[in-house]
Amino acid sequence: MSVPRYWREIPERSRLEASKCATCGNVIYPNRARCAKCGSDSIEPYRLPERGKLLTFTVVRNPPRGFEKMAPFVLGIIELEDGSRLMTQITDVMPGEVTIGMPLEAVLRKVSEDGDSGIIEYAIKFRPTF
Amino acid sequence: MVSVKPVIDVAISGWGSYIPMYRIAVEEIARVWGKSPKHFREELLIDEKAVAGIDEDVATISVEASKNALGRAGLSPKELGAVFVGSESKPYAVKPTGTIVAEAIGATPRVLSADMEFACKAGTECLQCCIGLVGSGMINYGLAIGADTAQGAPADPLEYSAGCGGTALIVGRKDKEKEPVAILEGSVSYVTDTPDFWRRQKRDYPSHAEAFTGEPAYFTHTISATKLLLDELSLNPTDFKYAVFHQPNGKFPLRAAKILGFKKEQVEPGLLVPYIGNLYAGSSITGFSAILDVAMPGDRVLLVSFGSGAGSDAFSFVVQEGARTKRDMASKVMDYIKRKQNIDYAIYAKFRKKIVI
Repeated sequence: MSVPRYWREIPERSRLEASKCATCGNVIYPNRARCAKCGSDSIEPYRLPERGKLLTFTVVRNPPRGFEKMAPFVLGIIELEDGSRLMTQITDVMPGEVTIGMPLEAVLRKVSEDGDSGIIEYAIKFRPTF
Repeated sequence: MVSVKPVIDVAISGWGSYIPMYRIAVEEIARVWGKSPKHFREELLIDEKAVAGIDEDVATISVEASKNALGRAGLSPKELGAVFVGSESKPYAVKPTGTIVAEAIGATPRVLSADMEFACKAGTECLQCCIGLVGSGMINYGLAIGADTAQGAPADPLEYSAGCGGTALIVGRKDKEKEPVAILEGSVSYVTDTPDFWRRQKRDYPSHAEAFTGEPAYFTHTISATKLLLDELSLNPTDFKYAVFHQPNGKFPLRAAKILGFKKEQVEPGLLVPYIGNLYAGSSITGFSAILDVAMPGDRVLLVSFGSGAGSDAFSFVVQEGARTKRDMASKVMDYIKRKQNIDYAIYAKFRKKIVI
């Protein structure tokens, strides 16, 4: 990821800052200028909840370039407390211990590093609630 | 000597810690290097140490500790006037960790932020700076963080103790705080140029002067700072319910306490090194955090850090009702200590980047 893009996306990646359509109430994440559901450009800031449950997941054992050191890791679709859904990594759990429906909470973690001299990218992942 | 009793009285408004879930036992490290774990377990009182996961570093540790502190303080992050991170394992050599933390918790942009470095004393340096800024009236709230993912070279004695974790403390004005957690009575700093432990530029692991880290470094500075503070405040060891000293191992803080006249019972509740190792810049303030998790109003607490190079900061706090009312608003230190998964040396080597791909 380019440095400018990472910088632009810090609010949504690090703080789960989304937006909500003022016309139809659709939650938009990642952020867009128009509502994907009704086309309205009347968009308001909206903070996603930091708790939810796991809807489904997969275990990545052959990761894309840049994620080799993280493997194996779990990618999941999470239903947040407000009903909105997002896809993210599930951390602090061994792949064999992940179960559908498990309660999860948001934590900031490293996602990748651009080699030894590039930037370190952080973003929200989810971990089992404790 | 630096004597700190600010013009405006200050209080701890919130506190929070974070300790990664992974642990490696001293037996597992000793097994790989053909050593006996007896010295580490029985003399240095270290059973195991906390290990950061592959996706954790000082920034992520600091963010979770800070969120816990903000939750207990009941503060909006926008009310913070300063965010300081003390560490010797910064993710970047040049780029502040403080801005990563401030941005992630939502404290930017109108905030002072910097990284502090003084080996294991960096966390309490941040606390001293926040006390100064709040106590002078420049800011209303300051966030002081001490966190590390400490490095120990493979097979080095430090590898058995260098742990990961940290704590965040929010300092506020006593007169504006509805539910203070603890009131600061005073603090002092005591530093000299004592080269007991260091890490040169571009080196992955620190070097140390073996036994020299004891008498002229840890004990001289810890004991001198404590005596200065007690003299300054006209207090005796018996006036304190709890005492927390820097914990490079279990032996040093207990010995320092004994020399100073503190009893084991005053030290043990904040002695975390047997379970999570030495958290370096997070060590003494995480012990202090564990005390705030259990202390009752009226309890007086001594906090004394030590950082190689070398120096100590000593603080005296009196616990208030806020500690009791706020402690269940976030995970406690013991919650994090109990949430653990032991790993073997191979996984540890992967997590700590000892395997080069």
